[in-house]
Amino acid sequence: MKLITAVIKPFKIDDVKDALKTAGVQGMTVTEVKGFGRQGGHTETYRGAEYQIDLVPKVRIELVVDDSVANNVVDVIRQAASTGKIGDGKIWVTAVEQIVRIRTGEQGSDAI
Amino acid sequence: MSILLADIDTGATAWVLISTALVAFMTPGLAFFYGGMVRSKNMLGMLMQNFFAMGLISVIWAAVGFSLAFGGSGQYIGNLDFVFMKDLAKIAELPGYTGDFGLVIPILAFFAYQMMFAVITPALITGATADRMKFSAYAVLIGVWSILVYPIVAHWVFSPNGWLFKRGALDFAGGAVVHINAGAAALAVVLVLGKRRGWPRDAMPPHNLPFTMLGTGILWFGWFGFNAGSALGANGLAAQALVNTHLAAASAMLVWLVVEKLRAGHATSLGAASGAVAGLVAITPCAGFVGGASPIIIGAVAGAVCYLCLSLKTKFGFDDSLDVIAVHLVGGIIGSMLLGVFADTAVNSLGADGLFLGGGASLLVEQLIAVVATLVFSFVVTGIAAIAIDRTIGLRVSTEDELIGLDQSQHAETAYQS
Repeated sequence: MKLITAVIKPFKIDDVKDALKTAGVQGMTVTEVKGFGRQGGHTETYRGAEYQIDLVPKVRIELVVDDSVANNVVDVIRQAASTGKIGDGKIWVTAVEQIVRIRTGEQGSDAI
Repeated sequence: MSILLADIDTGATAWVLISTALVAFMTPGLAFFYGGMVRSKNMLGMLMQNFFAMGLISVIWAAVGFSLAFGGSGQYIGNLDFVFMKDLAKIAELPGYTGDFGLVIPILAFFAYQMMFAVITPALITGATADRMKFSAYAVLIGVWSILVYPIVAHWVFSPNGWLFKRGALDFAGGAVVHINAGAAALAVVLVLGKRRGWPRDAMPPHNLPFTMLGTGILWFGWFGFNAGSALGANGLAAQALVNTHLAAASAMLVWLVVEKLRAGHATSLGAASGAVAGLVAITPCAGFVGGASPIIIGAVAGAVCYLCLSLKTKFGFDDSLDVIAVHLVGGIIGSMLLGVFADTAVNSLGADGLFLGGGASLLVEQLIAVVATLVFSFVVTGIAAIAIDRTIGLRVSTEDELIGLDQSQHAETAYQS
């Protein structure tokens, strides 16, 4: 099993969610986050005073999938989240030791 | 009944009672106007300071404030004849309010209407002192201020017995009494209080501009009561004041946005809110004395000049957090001085003609005297009060409390639960 984590542009979340559903993914967790990368921040002006905003709002997606579909899911996210511009985000894949469905106690692939 | 019922105009009374409620609504409006601009950890602190003024200042006004402002026939201060509204429901007229200045509303209605002005004026100071003032010190300061400063300036300018009124200075709804008075006090307190920790190095952007826009809408709405209510009648003068008020706010907002777009690159929502308020401040002294295109010009000047004055605080290093000085002190001065230029006796025969209407410079000189007298008196007395409070109970919260924020440190609450 693999944990796939992606940090993407907030306005892309619906596209990514729909693409993942179409690809047969059963569920995911979404968090609003802030951070910085190569994109850098932006400037905001309040009553003539300029502020440099370093931390940019992003959305983080987390989902656990079977090894067999992990590469495909990564491709689906990449295609749906891409705008071709700087700041599109990153996807990383981590090995998962165990997963348990709380209601039934099922473990491993059955719990995904 | 000792009230001369024949002298009471029911239409005028209805309008002043409604205006009283409109002005009362401005203080919560101000709370949200300012609240949106502070950081989220200080939101309840800001709201509380404003709502608290509605409690404390109302009681002080009933106890002594009104009497010190409108009692007796002295030129410099009222007296204690009307302490706790003594005789207000019985007497037929208020000292000085005779002849041309005779009231056609119950004196209690006038008392209530003026009470709302007394409440919002010290509340204006909270924008300058935001994020770092101890709640107890704030309570003492505005309490003292509402006895030693506000009623005295109100007596000088508003009461027909006051020395500035008698000299011929004009102030329809409080350009000097409310805005210059509060602005000068704000400057004095800020100088004693010191800068917010991190200012101007750290970014302290507004946490909720929608609240600021909402507050601006409430202020704009309430200002019709503030200015048109000051006609103290339901008549053509009230209509003129209402039209002037709206047009000045409109033109100041437009001009602020244009200047902002040209200088900083964007027309911002905070700029729209600030510009509208600057125009409302500037038209306040003029509302019932000018007509025609004058309110549009007065608003336009306020929109541009107040915007340009925003940089004064960084240039001179005083941390007027939410620009009370640039908007209220400067806006109040602009309005009071331009009244000396645009005042028109065709609009209000009890006023005077300004420079552009053939009246020469005499009104302008009286306006200048009123501006300087109000500014110096408020600045000095408020400064002394602030220093005294600072030496005794302390004006400022501790560094730790400032970093935690006023919501938690002063009120043990959090505005937004996550």
